[in-house]
Amino acid sequence: MYVYDEYDQQLLNERVAQFKGQTERYFAGKIAEDEFLPLRLQNGIYVQRYAPMLRIAVPYGALNSAQFRKLGHIARTYDKGYAHISTRQNVQFNWPALEDCPQILAELAEVQMHAVQTSGNCIRNTTTDEYAGVIAEEIVDPRPYCEVIRQWSTFHPEFAFLPRKFKIAVNAVPTEDRAAIAMHDVGLNIVKNDAGEIGFRVLVGGGLGRTPILGDYINEFLPEEDLLTYLDAIIRVYNQFGNRKQKYKARIKILVKALGMDRMRELVNEEFERIKDGEGKLTQAEIERVKKHFTDPDYKALSDEPAELVSAREENKAFARWLDRNVRKHKKPGYAVVTLTLKKIGTPPGDITAEQFDQVADLADEYSFGELRSTHHQNLVLADVEQTQLFALWQKLKALGFATPTLGLLTDMICCPGGDFCALANAKSIPISQDIQKRFDDLDYLNDLGEIDLNISGCMNACGHHHVGNIGILGVDKGGEEFYQVTLGGNSGGNKADDASLGKIVGPSFAREEVADVVAKILDYYVAQRTEGESFLEVYRRLGHGPFKEVAYADAN
Amino acid sequence: MPTLINTQGVVEDTALTPVTLKEWQANPSEYAGKELELSVNSDETVDLFGADADQFKRICIDFPKFADGRGYSAARLLREKYGYKGELRSTGDVLIDQLFFMKRCGFDTFALREDQVLEDAIAAFSTFTNPYQNDVQDQRPLFRRRQG
Ligand code: HEM
Ligand code: SF4
Repeated sequence: MYVYDEYDQQLLNERVAQFKGQTERYFAGKIAEDEFLPLRLQNGIYVQRYAPMLRIAVPYGALNSAQFRKLGHIARTYDKGYAHISTRQNVQFNWPALEDCPQILAELAEVQMHAVQTSGNCIRNTTTDEYAGVIAEEIVDPRPYCEVIRQWSTFHPEFAFLPRKFKIAVNAVPTEDRAAIAMHDVGLNIVKNDAGEIGFRVLVGGGLGRTPILGDYINEFLPEEDLLTYLDAIIRVYNQFGNRKQKYKARIKILVKALGMDRMRELVNEEFERIKDGEGKLTQAEIERVKKHFTDPDYKALSDEPAELVSAREENKAFARWLDRNVRKHKKPGYAVVTLTLKKIGTPPGDITAEQFDQVADLADEYSFGELRSTHHQNLVLADVEQTQLFALWQKLKALGFATPTLGLLTDMICCPGGDFCALANAKSIPISQDIQKRFDDLDYLNDLGEIDLNISGCMNACGHHHVGNIGILGVDKGGEEFYQVTLGGNSGGNKADDASLGKIVGPSFAREEVADVVAKILDYYVAQRTEGESFLEVYRRLGHGPFKEVAYADAN
Repeated sequence: MPTLINTQGVVEDTALTPVTLKEWQANPSEYAGKELELSVNSDETVDLFGADADQFKRICIDFPKFADGRGYSAARLLREKYGYKGELRSTGDVLIDQLFFMKRCGFDTFALREDQVLEDAIAAFSTFTNPYQNDVQDQRPLFRRRQG
């Protein structure tokens, strides 16, 4: 994990001092409300339905146990005893007082955490694969590149007031894309060319919201040293020519559509050619320096499938099921990657209490070199667990409620805070997720259905990524009442790189009580139509939209 | 009236012949031999006048709203792409918390909005000691400056 040196720490301390000063000037009436807004946004403070929300950056999802305990402390001291893991791997506090925020940020800075650029029209936290560095399939560990991007984007002098927010995601696995790069303003796919050199296939112009668009390739191979100057060129073009008149047309995706990819590429290349060999060019020395922070921990020489694991699996069906679902293969023999699912029935997806923060931090210390990760699916990962320890860990996770063996299954949903918390909502979203969790609580059935993404947003801002759910649910307002629109066939890119797609609406929206039934009808149809091993998405793509649409509106009999 | 400052404190304005981009482009020869101050608004991107920048002793870049960040790229491109050596001034919605960014992008004078507190403004120029990126003042990013 990246450890701050005196430069990083000084910058962060100066940031804390800066925001403290800004808040003091605001409370002294020296900064107007609307002028304070972008300042607090760039420090992660949103104002939502009932209170400000403070969004803490978790750069590319990497956390250590000390940071995790600090988050628990903040939840306990300044909030209502819990927090929320977001779909961009960040942590959100829903009820802090604005006056406390400078103090919270000062406490976070002690453990090298902050809320820098977690909202506002600036470059946001860069996200990546939660399994980075521990799986054999990746071309190279993407985290050093994410860290290089983090430093370049932090307090960038030119890009603090962009037309709109700007999000970058990095994927390094050829066969899968857990970072969902096609729905980001810039998506970077790490590739190797024929000469064995590392570079990026660069996507630009993805995003959800009102106008969902998948990113398209602007550059097929960008050498690694050109990363920062190329990003500078893209964003410089966007900063000058992006639409600033209408908020909903301000993302780079709209600029790319308006100019056309060829023209966009031309403009970017022209600027890039000018700066690419200047001082801003990334050096191998810097890449190596940052890579040193992401070396392997002290792995022991172990072998796969130790006897205690084999016997525990045979004796305990529930443990075996959890192993199948929530544990995946590690690059090192004898180790495993464990996902903690924050999707227990009765709690909003991604919620975690102060006590759980402490307990999970202890588990990280005991079982996984004191580190953990947050995921785009609002779960947590212990990335380096010895296989001999899995049974003991499972028992502890079960007690915490984090061992629901549903990773990737229907009930491992993404869900935004919705009408229970969010002022922009058209409808509540958490109760829908709970209806679905209750309705589909048979683990055998869920496992039989296999991997399905079900995503829920409370309005078209799409915080719950409904467009890229295999099944998407969107809250809509119909004459003051809450209704839900269902989309099918979306894919965030989870199973195969370059395979992302946007869902298609089935038809008129449904009342809340109907939603779980509609989902059930769609799933029944899938089960009836599938051939051995065929996923929901595959069947949908094979049969097309029509039959599913028909089924969704058929009377149950 | 805005307060004209540089990074040290209040400065006296110097009188130049003011010209807008439209006026200049309509009839450049009319302004020959004069010491010019060009004012551009944020829709007037630098590709429209950068090549002629050295004709102007001063260029004023307007920030119609503090949230409109086009002026940062404009200043930086004038300095780094077009090699502009004259005075660059930010005008319009110039508030304390933009000053540090403006300085880094190559502005040297700032028409601080009149309600802003001068002392806080001057202090804002030293918000960060060692920023990560290269900028107009220092072409080296932190990774080329970092010791050890
Ligand atoms: C409760 C307070 C929240 C408010 C007021 C809010 C507001 C918004 C708005 C207005 C947008 C649209 C931005 C645009 O179209 O450019 C947006 C997008 C987004 N929000 Fe939220 N949000 C909230 C909570 C969350 C939470 C808890 C998450 C994570 C679980 C989240 C994740 C996202 C994401 C990922 C997007 C981007 C979708 C895209 O790529 O366009 N938001 N949010
Ligand atoms: S999708 Fe809409 S309702 Fe849900 S959190 Fe975002 S803005 Fe709020």
